[in-house]
Amino acid sequence: MSLDLIKRSVSEHIESLKKGEYSSRELTDAYIAQIKNTDSEIGAYITTDFETALKKAEEVDRKRQRGERIEPLAGIPCAIKDNICTKGVKTTCASKMLENYIPPYDACVIEELKKADVVILGKLNMDEFAMGSTTENSAFKTTKNPADITRVPGGSSGGSAACVAAREAAFTLGSDTGGSIRQPASFCGVVGMKPTYGTVSRYGLVAFASSLDQVGPLTSTVKDNAIILNTIACADKRDATNIYKSQGDYTEDIGKGIKGMKIGLPKEFFGEGISDDVKTAVFEVAERMKNEGAEIVDISMPSIDNALAAYYIISSAEASSNLSRFDGVRYGYRTDCFENIHDLYRKSRSEGFGKEVKRRIMLGTFALSSGYYDAYYKKALQIRSIVMNDFENSFKKCDFILSPVAPTVAYKLGEKSKNPLEMYMGDAYSVPVNIAGVPAISVPCGRGEGNMPVGAQLIGPAFSEKMLYRAAAVLEEVSK
Amino acid sequence: MAKEYEMVIGLEVHVELKTKTKIFCNCETSFGAEPNIHTCPVCMGLPGTLPVLNDKVVEYAVKAGLATNCKIANFSKQDRKNYFYPDLPKAYQISQFDLPLCERGYLDIETESGSKRIGITRIHIEEDAGKLVHDDIHGTMIDCNRCGVPLIEIVSEPDIRSAEEAKAYLQKLRAIILYTGISDCKMNEGSFRCDVNLSVREKGTEKFGTRTEMKNINSFQYVVKAIEYEYKRQIEAIEDGEEIVQETRKFDADTGKTYSMRGKENANDYRYFPDPDLPPIELSDEKIEKIKTTIPELPDARKKKYMEKYGISAYISEKIISDIDMADYFEKVATLAKTPKVAANILVGEVARLNTAEMFYCPISAVNIAKLSDLISDEVINTSTAKKLIARMWEDDSDPVLIVEKENLKQINDRDFLAKIATEVIENSPKLVSDYKNGKQQAIKALMGQAMGKTAGKANPVILEEIIKKLII
Repeated sequence: MSLDLIKRSVSEHIESLKKGEYSSRELTDAYIAQIKNTDSEIGAYITTDFETALKKAEEVDRKRQRGERIEPLAGIPCAIKDNICTKGVKTTCASKMLENYIPPYDACVIEELKKADVVILGKLNMDEFAMGSTTENSAFKTTKNPADITRVPGGSSGGSAACVAAREAAFTLGSDTGGSIRQPASFCGVVGMKPTYGTVSRYGLVAFASSLDQVGPLTSTVKDNAIILNTIACADKRDATNIYKSQGDYTEDIGKGIKGMKIGLPKEFFGEGISDDVKTAVFEVAERMKNEGAEIVDISMPSIDNALAAYYIISSAEASSNLSRFDGVRYGYRTDCFENIHDLYRKSRSEGFGKEVKRRIMLGTFALSSGYYDAYYKKALQIRSIVMNDFENSFKKCDFILSPVAPTVAYKLGEKSKNPLEMYMGDAYSVPVNIAGVPAISVPCGRGEGNMPVGAQLIGPAFSEKMLYRAAAVLEEVSK
Repeated sequence: MAKEYEMVIGLEVHVELKTKTKIFCNCETSFGAEPNIHTCPVCMGLPGTLPVLNDKVVEYAVKAGLATNCKIANFSKQDRKNYFYPDLPKAYQISQFDLPLCERGYLDIETESGSKRIGITRIHIEEDAGKLVHDDIHGTMIDCNRCGVPLIEIVSEPDIRSAEEAKAYLQKLRAIILYTGISDCKMNEGSFRCDVNLSVREKGTEKFGTRTEMKNINSFQYVVKAIEYEYKRQIEAIEDGEEIVQETRKFDADTGKTYSMRGKENANDYRYFPDPDLPPIELSDEKIEKIKTTIPELPDARKKKYMEKYGISAYISEKIISDIDMADYFEKVATLAKTPKVAANILVGEVARLNTAEMFYCPISAVNIAKLSDLISDEVINTSTAKKLIARMWEDDSDPVLIVEKENLKQINDRDFLAKIATEVIENSPKLVSDYKNGKQQAIKALMGQAMGKTAGKANPVILEEIIKKLII
């Protein structure tokens, strides 16, 4: 029974709970059992809070019994990336720096989930402060890819993707600064959406790169993803960069097909560095979408080649400033012995941060230093506006863009962790989306080397999530 | 011949705005609460929190800009100034770097040597930091109540050439800010803080010398002292062939000296960059015009009125308007007194002398000051009587007309009587008379003093002096 339960999608749960086929308590028990069964191997969770989860599930069951009006998502168990603040529950960012940090407030997205009476099972592993592509930069544990436990789940939202793939929650939230939702979704064979910048409030998301960060859902189906975005996207006055524009129900156009739509295939996304299996899988799905009535348009986005460099300058510069507050003075890790305040700063930060985080802080600090600002940060901002223009022009020629999410399928644990530059190259197809602030969704489109999942990426213009879900549902269907 | 030097001063003034809530969150800004009461996750800089700009801060800063003749930017942005310090929870201060809200303004000051225009380079908005409290038992503690209290920083051009001008500039600036109602400007509570940038150069040369900066000086008197000391110190250093080091120096009020604060802090590279959490500030001309209409009558408008309507000098008018309370008080007296110019002199002279507080204070009612003014302008009493009267009025706000009546303090204008007294004094002081005849002008003062004494200070000094002089010749 329980194995059957956890295999169902969020939309199936909604229906079944409504019909009373099973209770939220039963559903929550099933996921908890799965976590107990498999998570010692997968390692998706950093913190679990089953007590609160079960209490919530029972509360929802009572409400349902009493016939109270409840939200569609009520009683459905989820889990949250550990850089999203949860009141009273540890939020570590997978860093020794915040190992025991308990936020006194909920992130906006958590408030929205709680308003919807969603059951929260716990907090998920990630690369420290969301910096990385394999979740190997976690200070606490390694997460394994449920499709092959010798491989990485991707990152930085590796815990969020692995959790959904291993059926350890009905859905999860991740964050995406340069591909951190889409790439692990691709590696683990689940659906991940990076919404238009500003659609989901960043209030309570521990900032990595403020101008790029977005929270988004990871789910097992496209429709589930749209359902979750319906709940977490909202206007929030506490985030000055929030530019929520209502598109109505994101699920509304799912099933309407893609007849007559133009799909752009930019040649820069299929060039040097892409592995054959990924290329073949994406081209094949393009062909199938063509068979569904879409038109394929070859396009070119020359600025894409510079986007990666610009991304690493901008994201590291912002990170160097955002992570300065972790200084050992007020909360978080503090070194045991120090001579003066400068010594306290230096030791606490040297000991509290991991290698990759320190690498980015140094890179960003350098890029912002006087004398280098113009050559690096300013230039990166210029490239950013060129990339934005490139997308704008592309969307004059097509409705959305189809590309791979990552150049390869999930690789072996430890394979690239010694070579940061090679790992950075893996972000080449995902970062331009963040640089331009546009939405993109990663959907499984087939299998590649080692029978590992391959993800296809659909990129649309700003605030086109509804159309993206419509197209992604077709992609999902034709990939089955 | 010894070289002649001049000082070149630019001032940076930080003013705390009295908005109800902080610049980026809804916490209160009030001063003097228990530590860390007025705080929330946002102003404590907790992970995940975001700043949202308080519109009132922009409005207040624009008011300050308009009141100091600045151009208001239609487009400006906020930047992060990165540095580590325990009173700065985010380890960066949100400020404005290259696109401030207000630029290129000025204000006019009045010193004894005349009027002068001082340029204002820019006014920008920023957040205040917290306060470190040191304690023998607990060590250093952090009070975050002040974190995120809105500030404007007003940067002057290096147009100031003396301590007197610096003081006049600060007084004028404070007056303007107080008139606009955007701050209390209480120096003792830190809501009006001054940094002095000072360099020295040879008179007549164009090039600026190397400047030093003296931070957070918290009274006008200390500003004057710090300038005087630092000016002397720099000249001495130059004369000794030393090089002036560009640095931050601390002014010690106890010794009246400035001390080098050389250290790591001076080598800071603040790595300014646009704050990605905050969209640019866009202000339409209509919006700016609308804010303009909310600015009350400013000091210079009042000054002009006093000069034109009452014939009061620029210098005295400036003194009155430099304190809005004094100006308001004066305007009340002016409606009651026959000659407001005389009343103005009383306020700027005796009242200011009797008041020991930094701000204007006068326990005497406007009616009684007006009566006193009339007694003087009608030549019923002389100035020395007026001085004695006002000292008594300061104690109990008594009616000067009644005192004059009761104690017979009226000025003696009787020429025959005064001539008699003058003759007596002249006969008794042959030495002073011969001194005066030999060109010693001072001697007349001594003779006047004696004659005044004989009338219990009631003689009309003008008539008396005229008679004495006539009698000697």
